[in-house]
Amino acid sequence: MTDLLKLSGVHTHIGRYHILQGIDLAVPQGQVTMLLGRNGAGKTTTLRTIMGLWPASSGEIALGSERIESRATPDIARLGVGYVPESMAVFSDLTVKENLVLAARDGPMDDKQLDWIFGFFPALRRFWLSRAGSLSGGQKQMLSIARAIIEPRKLLLIDEPTKGLAPAIVMALIECLKEIKRKGATILLVEQNFFAARELGDSVLVMDNGTIVHRGEMAALAADVPLQERLLGLSLEAHQ
Amino acid sequence: MTELAASDPLPKPKRDIAPILLPIALALLMIPLVGSASTWLTLTAASLAMGMMIFIMASGLTLVFGLMDVLNFGHGAFIAVGAYVATLVFAPFAASAQADSLLVNLAVLAPAALLSMAVSGALGLMVERVLILPVYGQHLKQILMTTGGLIVAEQTLYALWGPQIIPMPLPASLRGSFILGDVAIAKYRVLAMLIGLAVFIAIQLVLNRTKLGLLIRAGVENREMVEALGYRIRRLFLGVFMAGSALAGLGGVMWALYREQVHASMSDELTVLIFVVVIIGGLGSIGGCFIGAILVAMVANYGGFLVPKLALVSNILLMVAILMWRPRGLYAVTSR
Repeated sequence: MTDLLKLSGVHTHIGRYHILQGIDLAVPQGQVTMLLGRNGAGKTTTLRTIMGLWPASSGEIALGSERIESRATPDIARLGVGYVPESMAVFSDLTVKENLVLAARDGPMDDKQLDWIFGFFPALRRFWLSRAGSLSGGQKQMLSIARAIIEPRKLLLIDEPTKGLAPAIVMALIECLKEIKRKGATILLVEQNFFAARELGDSVLVMDNGTIVHRGEMAALAADVPLQERLLGLSLEAHQ
Repeated sequence: MTELAASDPLPKPKRDIAPILLPIALALLMIPLVGSASTWLTLTAASLAMGMMIFIMASGLTLVFGLMDVLNFGHGAFIAVGAYVATLVFAPFAASAQADSLLVNLAVLAPAALLSMAVSGALGLMVERVLILPVYGQHLKQILMTTGGLIVAEQTLYALWGPQIIPMPLPASLRGSFILGDVAIAKYRVLAMLIGLAVFIAIQLVLNRTKLGLLIRAGVENREMVEALGYRIRRLFLGVFMAGSALAGLGGVMWALYREQVHASMSDELTVLIFVVVIIGGLGSIGGCFIGAILVAMVANYGGFLVPKLALVSNILLMVAILMWRPRGLYAVTSR
C-alpha cells in the first residue's frame, strides 16, 4: 500500500518551545491511521504542522509526490487536505448552510454529497438556516466534519472529534467516520477515546514528548493491555 | 443515526435587539430634557447625519480591526487625503458647484467623491503593502508604523497644499434647510443620512448575500480556519483594507463639506470618535459600528446642547458605560 502522507524528521518550535522533536510517520492511502498519546504529547501540533498552521522548523512533509512543508495553509488545503480542528472552529455567526457554502470552495455544493451528509447528520438539515453558534456541541462537531467532507479530499486530518460529546453522539460520529473510511478516504485521526480508536483505526502511531514511540496495527495494540498501559498509561478496559 | 434525528429542535435564534433599541431609547429620553420638540428634532437629525458620516469612516476600520487584528492608527490619513483630493475637482468646477441646479451640483460632487475614494483606496493598497505587511501580529509596531504614517501623510498634505485651511463651500442646492412646521433640517444632513444608509445597506448586502461577504465574516471570527479551508485571507484583507480606506476617503469628503473646510489635521478630531465607535460597536461588527456611530453622534449633539461642559468627555463616558454593559462591544464578533 502506498503512503499518501509522509513526515520525515519533522521538528516544530512554537516560540522557544521545541514541540515536535523529529517526527517520522507515514499514513497509508485509504486507511485510518490513529495518532494516540497523552495530553501534551504533540498530537495536535503534528496535525497543525502538516496543515501549515505551525510551520515545521525542519524536516520533510510529503503529500503524495508533493513536498508541502514550506507551503502556506491555503495551498495545502487546495491540494485536497481537509482539517477538523479540536475546537471544531465552526463559524458561529454564519448559518449551517453558509458554513458549508464556504467549505465547498470549488463551486456550488454537490447535492448528492449533501444528501449523503444529511443521511448521517439529519440535524444539519433541520438547522440548515440556524446560526452555527446556536448548535449544541455534538451538532457543531457534525458541522465541522461535514465541512471537511463536503468536497472530495485526498486526506482528512481530524483532531479529537469525540471530545466532550455525549455517548450517543460519539457512536453516531464513529458510524459516520466508518462510512467515510468505507468510501476510501485516507484519515489521520487524533483520538483520546480508545474505544473510538479501536473501532476506526487500521494502524496506530503513539506519541510521547514530541516523538513517535510506537507504530503498528491498531488491532494488535487493542489486544495488548500491558502495551496500552505502558504507552498510554491506561488500558482499553479503563476507557469503557 | 436515529440519535441525531431525535435531538430536540433548537429554539429559533433570538435576534439581539437591545443594542438597536438603545439609540431609540436615548432619543426618546431626551424629549423631556431638551424641552422643545423642534429643537429635539433638529438635534436628532443632526445626530443621525453626523452618525452616518462617522459610520462611513469607521466601517472600514472595524473590519480591518476584526479581520486581521491590525491596529491602524493612521486611518485618519485616508480621511484627510479624501477631502484634499475632492478639492482638486471642486476648485476648477467652483462655478458648477455653486450653480442653482441640483443635477449640476451633483455632477461635481459625485466625481469628486469617486476620485477621493479611488485615491484613498490606492493609498490604502500602498499603506498595507509598505507599512502593515511587515508588522502583522505585532501590535506595538503597528501603532508606531501607522502613527508615523499619519504624521508623514499630514506633513505631505501641508507640503503640497500649504498650511492654510482650504474652504470647501457646500454646493448651492445643498445649502439651506427643509422646513417642516417649526422644524428646520439642513438639506446636506438629509443627503448625509441617505448616503450613510446606502453605504450601510450595500455593506450588509455584500456581507450577507455574497461569498466574499461570507469570507469576510468568517475571517473576522476565525481567520485560521478560513485559511484551512483553502482561502488566501491576506488577499481578502488587502481588498477589505482598500475598501475601508476608500470609505474613509468618502467620509473625508462628506465631513469636509459638513465643516465647509479642509485641513491636513482634520481627522484629529475624528480619530478618537472613530475608535470609540469601533470599540463600542464590537470589533468587526458592521451593525455594531452603525449603532455605535449613531450613539456617539447623539451623545455629542444632545450632550453638547444640554451639558456643554461634558462635551469633551461624553463619548468616553459612553464607551465606559457600554463596555460595562457589554465588555466586548454591542455585538461581539471576534473573541479578541
